[in-house]
Amino acid sequence: MKLEQQVRASRVAGFSAAVQFILQVFHYIVPYHWVASRLARWGVKGQRLVVALPYLWLLLFFFIPFLIVLKISFSLTQLSMPPYQPLVQWTGEQLNQLRLNINPGNFQYLWQDSLYLDAFLNSIKVAGIATLITLLIGYPMAYAIARSSVQWRGVLMMMVILPFWTSFLLRVYAWIGILKNNGLLNNFLLWLGVIDEPMVMLQTNFAVYLGIVYSYLPFMIMPLYATLEKMDLTLLEAAKDLGCRPLRAFLTITVPLSMPGIVAGCMLVFIPAVGEFVIPSLLGPSDSLMIGKVLWTEFFNNRDWPVASAVAIALLLVLVVPMVCFQRAQARTAEAGEA
Amino acid sequence: MAPTPIDPVFVREPWHDPKAEPYIRIEQVTKRFGEFVAVNEVSLNIYRSELFCLLGGSGCGKTTLLRMLAGFEQPSSGKIFIDGVDMSDIPPYERPVNMMFQSYALFPHMTVEQNVGFGLKMEAKPKSEIADRVADMLKLVSMSQYGKRKPHQLSGGQRQRVALARALIKQPKLLLLDEPLGALDKKLREHTQFELVNLQEKLGVTFVVVTHDQEEAMTLATRIGVMDHGRIVQVGTPKEIYEFPQSKFVAEFIGSVNVFEGQLIDDQSDHVRVACPELDCPVYISHGISSAPKATLWVAIRPEKIELSLVPPAQQENWARGVIKEIAYLGDLSVFLIRLNSGKTVRVTRPNRWRHEDEHMTWEQEVFLHWHDTSPVVVSA
Repeated sequence: MKLEQQVRASRVAGFSAAVQFILQVFHYIVPYHWVASRLARWGVKGQRLVVALPYLWLLLFFFIPFLIVLKISFSLTQLSMPPYQPLVQWTGEQLNQLRLNINPGNFQYLWQDSLYLDAFLNSIKVAGIATLITLLIGYPMAYAIARSSVQWRGVLMMMVILPFWTSFLLRVYAWIGILKNNGLLNNFLLWLGVIDEPMVMLQTNFAVYLGIVYSYLPFMIMPLYATLEKMDLTLLEAAKDLGCRPLRAFLTITVPLSMPGIVAGCMLVFIPAVGEFVIPSLLGPSDSLMIGKVLWTEFFNNRDWPVASAVAIALLLVLVVPMVCFQRAQARTAEAGEA
Repeated sequence: MAPTPIDPVFVREPWHDPKAEPYIRIEQVTKRFGEFVAVNEVSLNIYRSELFCLLGGSGCGKTTLLRMLAGFEQPSSGKIFIDGVDMSDIPPYERPVNMMFQSYALFPHMTVEQNVGFGLKMEAKPKSEIADRVADMLKLVSMSQYGKRKPHQLSGGQRQRVALARALIKQPKLLLLDEPLGALDKKLREHTQFELVNLQEKLGVTFVVVTHDQEEAMTLATRIGVMDHGRIVQVGTPKEIYEFPQSKFVAEFIGSVNVFEGQLIDDQSDHVRVACPELDCPVYISHGISSAPKATLWVAIRPEKIELSLVPPAQQENWARGVIKEIAYLGDLSVFLIRLNSGKTVRVTRPNRWRHEDEHMTWEQEVFLHWHDTSPVVVSA
């Protein structure tokens, strides 16, 4: 016993010594102080550098691609590689013989053809209803997890997160196997004798809702759990003490206090669900009007990159509204948390 | 027939009146959490308009007892009656009891007014009545100008007042206060203690206060119930508890005390003599002891009841000799730690009434301790 402890202690000591040594070596190889002092001379602090890295990431992989898409959305199609005209063209030898090919027609086209507006509205409708169902299923689950004993909470949350260990695409494919006419669910129901002939479930709107709710449920549960778990339970006791029945206490105390979680969860489900492409195309009816699917068709089938880009930009603008709401809610929570 | 005159003592101290009906009756209440017995066979009577303090260290069961009064916990056995009504099957939201929580438990998403009016809103009172009563209540706790604020915009003392107003607005038969001043700093606490007493006297509501702070209990309470390991070990007025502790635990828990183990050598109805091996001479106590004499008992003497002198005292008994080991000057009084010949260290406090003491006492000086024969009390284990 004693020996074992000694061995363990010496191992720990050995390990920390090794770490020390490696740090020492690094110190000689990488001239930290030299770099830091050089940067400081240029007015760059290490702190700022740390903050700058994620911004650099966003700039490279979000903002620049966004500008490219924005540029394409204002150009004209042409049969070439790439299939659009450049925005700025030289028509002659001199520098002043530049031609600007700005074409706002793509956006006008989105308005004129009712297909796009219908697709937008339908996507928002589907995403909205799916978000509501997810909330109605996710809230009781998050509530139950948050009120279970401490040793169970970790296990239950693990089970919520567990599906992420399998690819999203595989899980949606698995639903095809479950929902198709001679799939698991139909066979089970036939065996039970609940139905006489297979129900058509695949390639229906039901399957789309099911797919979205199933795929995005963890995103609803996680923020809800986070707010419900840290809620002060004496508040509920105080409410009861003041003559409030349990159901009313839930509605007047628990629900308003979990509002940040509700807003966060709804946004995390709604925003990706609006642009969802995989679920409607795999599980939904072939004529389903989802904006993600329209975008795909424009881009790959029609090879109309400018219109596809315009759809993408419009989608982004539509989603900016709920995103701002989300941001506001987050800021408000942070403010209340500080107090 | 003329009504029988009520003894004025009974009005102030109804617990001495054998005919008085207790307002809250706790009968043989036990609470178990699995194997752990939090409250053990507690029986207690609390009278109307009392300010009763449950005093004890952490884990002594005082908060559990309070939560059973509020209805958040059900007794494992025993019954609680409030104003003659058995509370066994009455949920917290139907009890005529309100509670002020240690953390105040103010609803963070509601304004001060909404918090205070919450109880009345649950009773579905008309809006105008709620507004009037909230205004009155906020005036009572001098928080009128803060009605529109949210709890996080208030200081600790202000939150405490809001919590008090919220708990009082339904005019409960019983107000429970869990460590009401625990979250306040020392200066504010002293001030608020007196405010709380004044408010209680003005409203006449029965208060049950849970505290671990003996000073707070002494200031607030009409009576104190000292709890230890789930039991109530002594109930009495602050003075009774301090001057006549029944057990070593109570004596040591309330204030500081010097305890000497001894044996009864002379047991009379008007006086007793106790021989303490740690003292040079027997202790003479000028009042009899009610408890049956046991082989060993303890004599407790409060530090402020012992006097110091440089010359030997005239009396034969109730004195000791020792050497000053420590002196702590606290301004209003000084604390002396004196080592007796037996090796026992005795704590003595002396008020600093004069700037320059005539008898200058210093470290390692030999001094004589003596006390009046009414000062010591005999306590059991």
